[in-house]
Amino acid sequence: MSLVRPFDKLPTLNSAALLLVGTDEKQQQQLAEAILKEKKTFKINIHVATSLPLPAERDHIRPRIDLIAFLINIQSKYSLRNVEASLPHVDANFFLGKVCFLITGVGRMNHCSVEMNAVRKLGNLYCSPVIFCELDSEGIRVATAQRLVRMLQICAGHVPGISALFFSSLMKNSIDE
Amino acid sequence: MGTPDSLGMTPLGRKTAETGINFTSTTRFSRGLTFIRTHTLFGQSPARRIIPQTSLLQENADPQKIAFLLRKQWTLYSVTPMYKFSYGNLKEYSRLLSAFVAAEKQKGLAVEVGNDLGIKVTLSALLGLKGTDQDQAAILVQIASRSQLPVENAEDRVVWSGWFCCVSGDDFLENVPEDFTCLSLFLANGAESYTTIVGTWFQKTFDCCFSRLTISPLNLAWMAAMWTGCEVDSHMAATELVFSVPCLPQTLDISYAIHPEDAKALWDTVQKTPGEVTQEEVNLFMDCLYSHFHRHFKIHLSATRLVKVSTSIASAHCDGTIKILHSKHLIGVLMLLTELAISQIQ
Repeated sequence: MSLVRPFDKLPTLNSAALLLVGTDEKQQQQLAEAILKEKKTFKINIHVATSLPLPAERDHIRPRIDLIAFLINIQSKYSLRNVEASLPHVDANFFLGKVCFLITGVGRMNHCSVEMNAVRKLGNLYCSPVIFCELDSEGIRVATAQRLVRMLQICAGHVPGISALFFSSLMKNSIDE
Repeated sequence: MGTPDSLGMTPLGRKTAETGINFTSTTRFSRGLTFIRTHTLFGQSPARRIIPQTSLLQENADPQKIAFLLRKQWTLYSVTPMYKFSYGNLKEYSRLLSAFVAAEKQKGLAVEVGNDLGIKVTLSALLGLKGTDQDQAAILVQIASRSQLPVENAEDRVVWSGWFCCVSGDDFLENVPEDFTCLSLFLANGAESYTTIVGTWFQKTFDCCFSRLTISPLNLAWMAAMWTGCEVDSHMAATELVFSVPCLPQTLDISYAIHPEDAKALWDTVQKTPGEVTQEEVNLFMDCLYSHFHRHFKIHLSATRLVKVSTSIASAHCDGTIKILHSKHLIGVLMLLTELAISQIQ
């Protein structure tokens, strides 16, 4: 039972859970704090992990995960490999809009060790949005936190009329059609 | 009867004309987009690079001048195309640049007008540093201080050198208008003050722009892979990679030296087509080195940042400095650096 499944638990009233997976713990802390500072109408639980699978012992205490954000640091190839190794431990139903890739460190392109093609290919392969951000900058961190809160709200079903399946239409490249 | 017909015809005519306009506009739009996609954009590196097998210097190269370029530490700059630069006026440019350098050096000093500070600037063409025939000839700029000794035939001491070149840049620099000379790579050796003075003069005279060329860890990994694979006849130096570890209170540098024959043997098993290097092969080469290091030291080098690569051919630092050691591979190295310079300008 090492897979993270989207619908095997009951949701809790007026709350949503976000899972951040990434190797850089300091960045995860920064992002989590920025998200918790945001003005919101529901309770957010943020779970932080360096890699999947999550330990099975605490599985019964864990709430239902509504959105998984994989953090990839563009300056570290290790973070990309780590995310690639964690992806098989996510149930396929999650990739219907409840997963997103957060690429950090793009403020310093002359330090990049991960090639953009690999990242885009990952996003295309798993049909999930790829969001570029620079968490060291205060303004961009706040903007990213706002985006994640909005996505989380939709993924948890708190916005009537819009479900997580709509995210795939955001990623279609209109020029290709 | 005629009027309804003519009325009927005009909207139809207009409709076909409209569809005609729409058709051309979309093709132009999509062509523009593919133009952007084929060129490096936002940290992309090309999927494959060709290493030319016959990348020797052309016959009219002066061996003494070429030897002058080797085994020196050069700082790299990328230069936008220069407006109205003419190879026939090199002597004139030398004179003007000498006057400019002397004037800048004299700023703030109370010196008699006309007093010769003993600085002489020469611009000369460097022949033989071309990848293809469309490339412009390289230019060498040297600042020499006239010897103060009263002895005759005393040689001038070169205090600063810089050279412009562009090797196989025509693939990327199509559609450059006339009057523009594309010498996209500038290499400088010597005091920083002279570099800024010469750079300012060129920027003012030819309306171009100099910017420091930094090399990302991704491109350094390409250089490590490509240069390890090159054949070297004489003594092979060890392949050395220097990594900088982030997120520590004091900076820590890890230096990883590999025996040159082992590195070449590893690269030979990775490379599939001789003369061509792909991104997957570079990744595989680096992953092999990282996993070997991890097995022995339990440190993930992939989480650190590659800052310096030294091989038998050349050594490059991420701040944008390079040292080339062999004349046989000079053109190959310059071709790669020209590509990086042009992608930084675009």
